[in-house]
Amino acid sequence: MHAAIVRNDAVPTNVVSDAIVEVRGISKTYSGVEALRDVDLDFPRGKLTSLLGPSGCGKTTLLKIIAGLIGADRGTVAVNGKKVSAPGPERAFVFQDFALLPWATVLRNVAFGLELRGTAKEEREAIARRYVVDVGLAGFEDKYPHELSGGMRQRVGLARALCVDADVLLLDEPFSAVDEQNRRKFQEDLIRLRTNQNKTFIFVTHSIEEAVYISDRIVLLSPRPGRVSRIIEPEIDRSGDPDRIHRDKHYLDTVQEIWQGLKQYVE
Amino acid sequence: MSSGSGVGGAASLASPSRGVQAGRLIERPIVLRLVSIALFAAIWQVAGLIPVSFAFPTFSDTMVAFVRMIADGSLPTAYISTLQPLILGVILATFAGVGVGTLCGLSRPGEWLLIPVFIVLQAAPVAAFIPLVTFIYGIGMTAKTLAVIILALPVIVLNTYKAVRNVNESLLVMNRSFMGTRWQEVTKIVLPDASPVIFAGLRLGVAAGFVGVVLAELLITPTGIGDLITFARSRANYAGMYATIASVIALSTVTLVALQWIEIRVFRPEKRGG
Repeated sequence: MHAAIVRNDAVPTNVVSDAIVEVRGISKTYSGVEALRDVDLDFPRGKLTSLLGPSGCGKTTLLKIIAGLIGADRGTVAVNGKKVSAPGPERAFVFQDFALLPWATVLRNVAFGLELRGTAKEEREAIARRYVVDVGLAGFEDKYPHELSGGMRQRVGLARALCVDADVLLLDEPFSAVDEQNRRKFQEDLIRLRTNQNKTFIFVTHSIEEAVYISDRIVLLSPRPGRVSRIIEPEIDRSGDPDRIHRDKHYLDTVQEIWQGLKQYVE
Repeated sequence: MSSGSGVGGAASLASPSRGVQAGRLIERPIVLRLVSIALFAAIWQVAGLIPVSFAFPTFSDTMVAFVRMIADGSLPTAYISTLQPLILGVILATFAGVGVGTLCGLSRPGEWLLIPVFIVLQAAPVAAFIPLVTFIYGIGMTAKTLAVIILALPVIVLNTYKAVRNVNESLLVMNRSFMGTRWQEVTKIVLPDASPVIFAGLRLGVAAGFVGVVLAELLITPTGIGDLITFARSRANYAGMYATIASVIALSTVTLVALQWIEIRVFRPEKRGG
């Protein structure tokens, strides 16, 4: 077990050396409400970074700006050093409400990103089959979304994002519409899945436990206007039994510490 | 919910499957539908036997007349004349209606330009235009086809427009995030998502098309089914008249069922068997 608490070692900063996504001076105002003000933030390559904060802190807005789904009023987003303002092949999005085609099977939904890119049917279905198995949906290839539980639907959403082989996966509160038991299982699977995938994850959540459980790096956002309030890098060993993490001292301390920090913003 | 009641120890071991089968037979919608049709025929028969009116034939007389009219060729001949403008009109109204409705749903100028016209058309007693159509296009195939289109088009356009306008927003965002083009958005997201409401409009439109063609034949061009109804009535051949009317209703119903089958088969496979 680790003895030192990481925040004492080095204070994590907004800017890192090997950043895959660089956010610079992003501001966004929605119909009079200032959602984000002058946000500078780097996302390190190959890590899972969570954007955490109470509702209204602009975390989903920031994620959608990075995705290129909404435009910023000011500032830039660069992915792999290139400025982006629209969706691109190096980013893939996982939606809070799953956004699956109800009339398409699991297999077609998973392959849909490739279908839009014009990949041949056999090729994209072969790729999709692999990811269906990876996310734990083997045997459900020919089912329709309404035949699946919320957790399984989101696995389809995740497999669809993995399928297009993007460098960066953007997940917008992916577990918020999934029941508690399935969410836990899914979180465990996500940790396992990450070890096989060399990908960068940007993960929006409002659950402190979830953020600490899965993240390499947690960005705390303060609300109205949304700004980076703190960055925390929990050093938790996730290699062993995933259940152990919930009892890990660092895990518990970090959850407590974040709660103390966020309390002031909760009315 | 086992309905297989045991007759004896050994028999009950073998019989449950049969009991369950009988139970399933009742649950099958097709059985209930046949029962419903049989009940309707029985009530018709009784009403005809009372009789409720001298001009109201029994179900069996109507069926006899139906078979006779098929045998002597009068019904098939009439249908050849009626179906041509009907099919042509319905096909034109379907493509034009879904096309125009989709364009109006996708573009604001299209919406402002065209939708009010169709709202007025839907509200107007369009059947009143049919004499006007005859006045302009005579009493041939063109006039009948136009009558079908005039009645079928507004509801198809308006339903398509509403369905396209109310497409699931999050699927559009998903399409954009995976870099789908505008064309892919329309063909892979908008139309499949809108298809249940579009097909509801098509069913209403096809039913209206039947009304249009029969109206045209009753009002203006004494040909086909409309003529057959008028002719039978003028000779007090009520069984023949009812047989003709019933055959139109049956054909219309079968067409609508076929349309539903196409919808589920082609556009919404997830609803199959559901």
